[in-house]
Amino acid sequence: MKKPQYKKVTKIIQPVPADPINRRDFFNKAWKGLGILAAIEVLGMFTGFMFSGKPKSSSAPKQLLEAGPVDSFAPDTVSAFMGGRFYLARQQDGGFIALSLRCTHLGCSIAWEEEQKRFICPCHSSAFDISGEVLNPPAARALNYYPVLIENGMVKVDIGTLIERNTFRKDQLQYA
Amino acid sequence: MRTIFLHLHPVRVNESSVRFNRTFGLGGMAALLIVIQIITGISLRFYYTPVPAEAYNSVVFLKNHVLFGQFVRNIHYWSGVFLLNIAFLHFLRVFLTGAFRDVRKINWLFGLLLLLLIVFSNFTGYLLPWDQLAYWAITVSTNIIGYLPLAGESLRTMIIGGKELNAGTLQTFFTFHTAVLPLLILVLVLYHFWRVRKAGGILIPESTEKAEMVPTMPDLVFKEFIVALVLIAVLFTFSALFNAPLLDKANPAYSMNPTKAPWYFAGVQELLMHFHPFFAAFIIPISVAVFLAWIPFLKYDEAPNGHWFISEQGRKSSEATAKFTVIITVAGILFNEYVMNFELLLSFLPAFISNGIIPLLILLAFMAGYYRYYLKRFNLRKAELVQAIFVFIIVAFIVLTLIGIFFRGKDMELTFPWNV
Repeated sequence: MKKPQYKKVTKIIQPVPADPINRRDFFNKAWKGLGILAAIEVLGMFTGFMFSGKPKSSSAPKQLLEAGPVDSFAPDTVSAFMGGRFYLARQQDGGFIALSLRCTHLGCSIAWEEEQKRFICPCHSSAFDISGEVLNPPAARALNYYPVLIENGMVKVDIGTLIERNTFRKDQLQYA
Repeated sequence: MRTIFLHLHPVRVNESSVRFNRTFGLGGMAALLIVIQIITGISLRFYYTPVPAEAYNSVVFLKNHVLFGQFVRNIHYWSGVFLLNIAFLHFLRVFLTGAFRDVRKINWLFGLLLLLLIVFSNFTGYLLPWDQLAYWAITVSTNIIGYLPLAGESLRTMIIGGKELNAGTLQTFFTFHTAVLPLLILVLVLYHFWRVRKAGGILIPESTEKAEMVPTMPDLVFKEFIVALVLIAVLFTFSALFNAPLLDKANPAYSMNPTKAPWYFAGVQELLMHFHPFFAAFIIPISVAVFLAWIPFLKYDEAPNGHWFISEQGRKSSEATAKFTVIITVAGILFNEYVMNFELLLSFLPAFISNGIIPLLILLAFMAGYYRYYLKRFNLRKAELVQAIFVFIIVAFIVLTLIGIFFRGKDMELTFPWNV
């Protein structure tokens, strides 16, 4: 038997030039990509799930609450409507404003002090005058208010729309 | 049972690390209280209804008609109070013995996170009875969020699901309190323990004697057992003697006088009486949080040695700083209350400047003066200086909290504890 003759290899076989993407690379990247995609999808679903069910506060419908005839409120008096969460304050000049009973500092319920003619917050003793203007800090903004409508001598308050303001202005009052 | 304990612990531990007054067993106590919270919490869920119309009545029913109902509720309440206090003491112990640096820095961050989650747990639980105390405390606290810059108001609306507390708020708080937070806390506590082992156990001071290793069972496990029994005894005695508060059903039209935030936020609320909300509820708490998270990553001259207050001069400077802090905090509160109200006096300036920047600068000036003319004489190294700042923050926080809880009466006027 003749021994097989091995030819000395002189020419080194060059490896195939590295493919920018081989099969393993491709699958690894594909899995990663799919994973990221799935994470984004789940996150999107979760966000939608968490926040879409909440009622939209901005589109609250008009909720008119009838407060009573204009003449039943004397000028310079305050009447409490606890069910509607407001004080109907009639100014000295006869103008109406429906003040929210939430203090603008931290949201406690204010109380009307008849002798001192001011609203006082029990939490940090902020005080407001009959128009809702700040008399004593820490509250920095005048009391929020609800729109007042006067139809056929009846005072009505739209308790679905809370209006925020910084200071009192004359045009916030409603006249009969 | 034996194997469970041995899985949490190494088989043998350093004799010096099982001494009770090394750690006072605070971390272990906190873990036990978390377990008690889970057991009593699940029990309470069998009777509690998370809707505003029914929540209060279901708590009253639990109190009056369920055997041990009041007792289980008391345990849950007091265990929550204990847990927050003990976790806070644990946090102090870890910092003051220097066990927050090097290999332990990630665990320090997880510890801070756990402390925050425990506060959230307490906070979400505070609303659930839906009585006057709960309703107004949560109203005040969530309104503070509204003062955060830019996103504050929308964040507040998102958290409570509207402009005022409503059924959605209760549902959200209930879900966080009974599902999200307990699960997170449980997982993180296990991780927290695991990292303690990874760091080679608790930090112990180098000593001249050769460290002797003792078997965990019984040397450590028996001590833990005794601590657990004593803690349970104290907790049950407390719960038998003092009822968890329950006032009238929540009435959105009528605020309590005074209305106070939950006790652990009394310090922030006290701060709000003296600073513009942007500073009291945002700048100052955020700065403190950043400081606490940042300290393990500073470069220090030497490794922590495991001794309380690092050294003799560390102890002396901490003591001096604590005294200075008590004086400046109490004096500042009294001064602002009775002598000079910046907001009224400087009413021509925006409140942001008159009641924010100006008092803050005055406070910082006092601190700089203290450092320049007193603290400097100690010739402190960096770790000791950081410790002095830490002591300042903690003591100020404690003083503010105590004043908020015990010295604020009707109309939030300053008064004595027996008038509160």
